[in-house]
Amino acid sequence: MNKFFIMVGHTFMNRVKTKSFLITTLVTLILITALSNIQTIIETFSGEDEAKKVALISDNDEWSSTLVEMVAANDAFTLERVDQSLEEAKQAVKEGTYESVVKITSGEDGLPKADYYAEQIASTENSEPIKQALQQIKVEMATEEAGVDQATLQQISSPVTFNTIALEESAKSEAELAQTRGLVYVMLFLLYMSVIMYGSMIATEVATEKSSRVMEILISSVSPVSQMFAKIIGIALVGILQFSLILLVGYLGIQQGGGGSIMEGFGLSNIQGSVIAYAVLFFILGYMLYATLAATLGSLVSRLEDAQQMISPMIYLILAAFFISIFGLNAPDSTFITVTSYIPFFSPLIMFLRVGMLDIPVWEVILSVGVLVGSIALLAWFGARVYSGGVLLYGKSSSFKDIKKAMQLSKKEG
Amino acid sequence: MTLRLNHVTKKFGSHTAVNQLSLEIPEKQIFGFLGANGAGKTTTFRMILGLLQETEGSISWNNGEIGYDQSHLIGYLPEERGLYPKMKVRDQLVYLAKLRGMNKSDSLKELDYWLDRFKVPDYKTKKVEELSKGNQQKIQFISAVLHKPKLLILDEPFSGLDPVNVEMLKEAVVDLKESGMSIVFSSHRMEHVEELCENLCILHHGTPVVHGRLKDIKRSFGKKNVRVKADFDTEFLKRIPGVTKYKAFGEGCNLQVESEDISQKIFTELNGKGFVRSFILEEPSLNDIFIEKVGASYE
Repeated sequence: MNKFFIMVGHTFMNRVKTKSFLITTLVTLILITALSNIQTIIETFSGEDEAKKVALISDNDEWSSTLVEMVAANDAFTLERVDQSLEEAKQAVKEGTYESVVKITSGEDGLPKADYYAEQIASTENSEPIKQALQQIKVEMATEEAGVDQATLQQISSPVTFNTIALEESAKSEAELAQTRGLVYVMLFLLYMSVIMYGSMIATEVATEKSSRVMEILISSVSPVSQMFAKIIGIALVGILQFSLILLVGYLGIQQGGGGSIMEGFGLSNIQGSVIAYAVLFFILGYMLYATLAATLGSLVSRLEDAQQMISPMIYLILAAFFISIFGLNAPDSTFITVTSYIPFFSPLIMFLRVGMLDIPVWEVILSVGVLVGSIALLAWFGARVYSGGVLLYGKSSSFKDIKKAMQLSKKEG
Repeated sequence: MTLRLNHVTKKFGSHTAVNQLSLEIPEKQIFGFLGANGAGKTTTFRMILGLLQETEGSISWNNGEIGYDQSHLIGYLPEERGLYPKMKVRDQLVYLAKLRGMNKSDSLKELDYWLDRFKVPDYKTKKVEELSKGNQQKIQFISAVLHKPKLLILDEPFSGLDPVNVEMLKEAVVDLKESGMSIVFSSHRMEHVEELCENLCILHHGTPVVHGRLKDIKRSFGKKNVRVKADFDTEFLKRIPGVTKYKAFGEGCNLQVESEDISQKIFTELNGKGFVRSFILEEPSLNDIFIEKVGASYE
């Protein structure tokens, strides 16, 4: 057992000391800091060019003054009525005096219409508020003409009251569902990213030891099974370190930005404890399953360059699980989702989604977890055999045919 | 602590890599495995170490199989050399020694001894990839012996080394034997085995063709070599009864004779024929024995 921890420590330190790890972690942390301060950053930049002005050309005094008044609340720009011809105003835009120019005329029906001129029309930052304000003016005018009073107008435009109420007492409430959906999203991305990042890390680690041929010394010292799990745990620790750093920096960023606790920061202020417990459980099980697969596949590679290609089936599996769960977010009670929540490589995400969003009997969860634990054990047993044979197997090509050869190498009959 | 192989066979599919190999490897001696590439030496070592399961037969050491609980007693230099290319020599040897159950301070002490002995003390803080192949091999050798094993298995330890380094490693191997280590090593160089081993086994296509003490093997072989240098034609010698082989070279000939007595007959025949520069009676070389047993040239 002592040797196991020596290997865990070695895997961990070896990874943490690499330049690529330091750089990716640092870049991620910088990104997180930037993201959590995005408001401040945008303000800093936009504060410099406050002289943004939009010129307004119109013959109608009433429209003009209403429009200027309505847009005044917007601090991205100011609307200024100018007494110029359109050509003059366009020239002013080119010279930079004005950001853009809007010309309001009366249409054939007597209602306002507008032409908006700007150097680039990709940004709707300025045009959209003006458009909305003008729309409001138009609606008011049109309804007035039709003899509809203000109160009726408000009635028409206010949204309908529509409450959804679950009949089953223990079903999740709307608010709970929204939060779970948030948590499922977070979990989905975390597991997806972990599998892709740390799964390939594990495969690379194994492939490195194999391609450098140090493997034969290692497997003569320590059993392949404990080597395999030392890799899986060691890389898991790397992941925990990386995630903790990201969470810590994210938390500090949110706090500085005036947000509340960390859970609130992620929109998860009053999530049920049990859902979080399930999240942790399914995350660990999901990681173990995929990590074992990654180690098994990595042991079949003779050259480091083939490692990425070899783990592609793992990537496809997690991708499939990812898309199924995205679909499941909107239809958690469909038969398809129910069935896939028992299939090992999908269940970590999909069973969690069901637990979080539906009220399902405990035995279903136990069954799914049981199947998952069983498959991890089976894959670990299978993986350990492939591993102990695979690490002695060197060929030109790395392919899945090698699984059979590796199994043969590790068993008696040969 | 004798290592016993009892009718060991290893098959890979239809291919038999090792066939009915029975050996007794005494402790505190150097045992040599000889054989061409593909003769089954590495497969045998891997079975001894438990990396491969024997198809038939059994292997025992210390009255049991070699398992991972004994890995601190075993040292192994694989034929395919390999270390972590990006790790420093010190870090990696300490790590590998730890995996063999040696603590850090002891392993550092041993490391200094070995690096000094191989005259490469400044490699301690270098990365392995920065070293030449030959020097990597020295480091690899250190990794096999650092934790002071009782049984040391060296797979082709001298291949790819220059003569100076071969001598250095040979001396180290002999010293380790003197200190009480049992050493098994393989080579395809006959002279290395002849020089170092008391006991040996020659494998040919997985089957042991010669096995036993070097002295006994040579004695029981019976045949001797006679080397003659003379200023006249010596071809008539091959017609003497008891001469099994005749090969002429520049100024004389090499003869293989059935027994020592024949050599004396040759000596008398040569008498009076002319000027004889030298007459030498030699023990047969392992190579001669191998050729005789296998019926084909070895190298």
